[in-house]
Amino acid sequence: MHKTRNYLFHLYMALFLFYLLAPLVVMGGAAFNDSRFPSILPWRGFTTQWFTELAADGRMWVAFRNTVLVAVAVVVLAVPIGTAAAILINSITGRVRTVLYGVMVAPILAPGAVIGISTLLFWNQFSVPAGLHLSVFGQVSYIAAFVMLLVLARLQSFDVALEEAALDLGAGHGMVLRRILLPHLYPAIGAGAAIAFFQSIENFNVTLFTRGNADTLTVYVFSKVRTGITPTINALALIMITVTLAGAVLYELRRRRLERIYGE
Amino acid sequence: MQDLLRRYGTGLTGAFVLLTAFWLLVLIVLPNFYLLENSFRPYLPRVDMGGPLDTYSFDNYAKILTGSSPTEVFGLTVTLPVHVKSFLLTVGYSAFVTVLSFALAYPLAYYLAKIVQPKSLPTLFLLLFVPLWVSEVLRSFAWFIILSLKGPLNFSLLGLGIIEAPIRWIAGYRSIIIGLVYTYVLFMLFPIYNAIQSLDTNQIEAAEDLGSPWWRTHWRVILPHAKPGIASGAVMVFMLSAGSLLVPVLLGSTESNWFTQVIQQWMFEAADWNTGSAYAFILLVLCTVFVSLVMRVFRVKLSDIAK
Repeated sequence: MHKTRNYLFHLYMALFLFYLLAPLVVMGGAAFNDSRFPSILPWRGFTTQWFTELAADGRMWVAFRNTVLVAVAVVVLAVPIGTAAAILINSITGRVRTVLYGVMVAPILAPGAVIGISTLLFWNQFSVPAGLHLSVFGQVSYIAAFVMLLVLARLQSFDVALEEAALDLGAGHGMVLRRILLPHLYPAIGAGAAIAFFQSIENFNVTLFTRGNADTLTVYVFSKVRTGITPTINALALIMITVTLAGAVLYELRRRRLERIYGE
Repeated sequence: MQDLLRRYGTGLTGAFVLLTAFWLLVLIVLPNFYLLENSFRPYLPRVDMGGPLDTYSFDNYAKILTGSSPTEVFGLTVTLPVHVKSFLLTVGYSAFVTVLSFALAYPLAYYLAKIVQPKSLPTLFLLLFVPLWVSEVLRSFAWFIILSLKGPLNFSLLGLGIIEAPIRWIAGYRSIIIGLVYTYVLFMLFPIYNAIQSLDTNQIEAAEDLGSPWWRTHWRVILPHAKPGIASGAVMVFMLSAGSLLVPVLLGSTESNWFTQVIQQWMFEAADWNTGSAYAFILLVLCTVFVSLVMRVFRVKLSDIAK
């Protein structure tokens, strides 16, 4: 009885993985197909033409540079903000905490379009024109919440007595923060920075409404798909997938190695 | 607060407060206040702003009631304003996407939490995480290729002799639903997995030993335990679907019009930011109502959902 059930479950798992991964294979494979319309079937022969065309596209390079700049700016702002907010909210209790926590977490749940439009309108009030700087502000408003949640979770395992001891032994406030609290938080801060970076790269909704005329990679891909697709987009997609997956696999391997070393 | 001052001194505590205040006020509260404020003001040329014509009214909100389009619902013809129809369809289809994602994700979450060998879990999770590492725009683009008239799906189905003529997949709302489920189903899977995983397997075995059929074990033991996870997943999938702009634009057909597309049309095509903000505010209210509803129905707290 359980045996048939388990076979069905294994089958379902395999089908589900196929469902998740096959579209990505189709998209990546089409980058090598010698056909104007991106598809893997029918296969018209192998070509690297689309990669050459992609590399020659100046607009793509500008969009790439913008994406990286925005992502770095988001990390630089969101990490200190999220960390400070977590430390602050951790020391507050009662109603104030509930309200503050609600306001902090709300942007995660709010639609990106709403965040984008409200950011645009707010800065427009002070005659600040749309542009990537507004995209940074809009993105930070919800990405800082991810950092806050990660740091807040890590703070739960922090032993306040360590700080008391340091203060008793004559450490200054700056030293307590730098030498005791922050080292304990580094894993959460590192994870927060990584999440902030990737969230920023992926962001579309907020960026679309705040960007002005500037492109980021997501907006670039989006406008290409709408105005006339060629497999250059597939070439770009394949590169992006490969880079992020290589990063993910390296991270996982490192994690497993550390687990083997410290796990036992 | 006293505690912070004692541990980090006035300077550092002040810095924490300032950073948090900047975030909460300048990036969250004030922009939303201006969104609301602008939504009550008319769309005017620059010279008339602040003049006698610049008065507060509900005119922008009333625009949602203009224009009508006959719709068939269960055989009855109902005449609805165009944008109301688009709003209701967005809510309805987002709910449908949520239910569909739950149906797909629940068995898998149970499998991952209780059936599979623990040693193969990291590999499975690595594979499941792959699509999340790929940006949403590329995932929608992948389905755009697959579903197109001359795309691989029709080509394979024709080749296998399953269909005789190519199917126009990108029609009505179905391509949007396919795209949304693909893009967001994992946001349903992981919270439910976390919830089921924390259930003591002995409880399931006890239910089975006492003669409970499998469906009753799920209904009375596993589902109630998974409730916070389901609530969290449902909120995520519904909000992301209703707020999605990429998927409806890339995979939508000429007959479909997602509510976010209507907002985008007001913002960019009509360049009427005031009406755009009124519509955006309506979307925000919808989301707030949905979250509070789920929190009430499932009796969970915001901190459970935001995990």
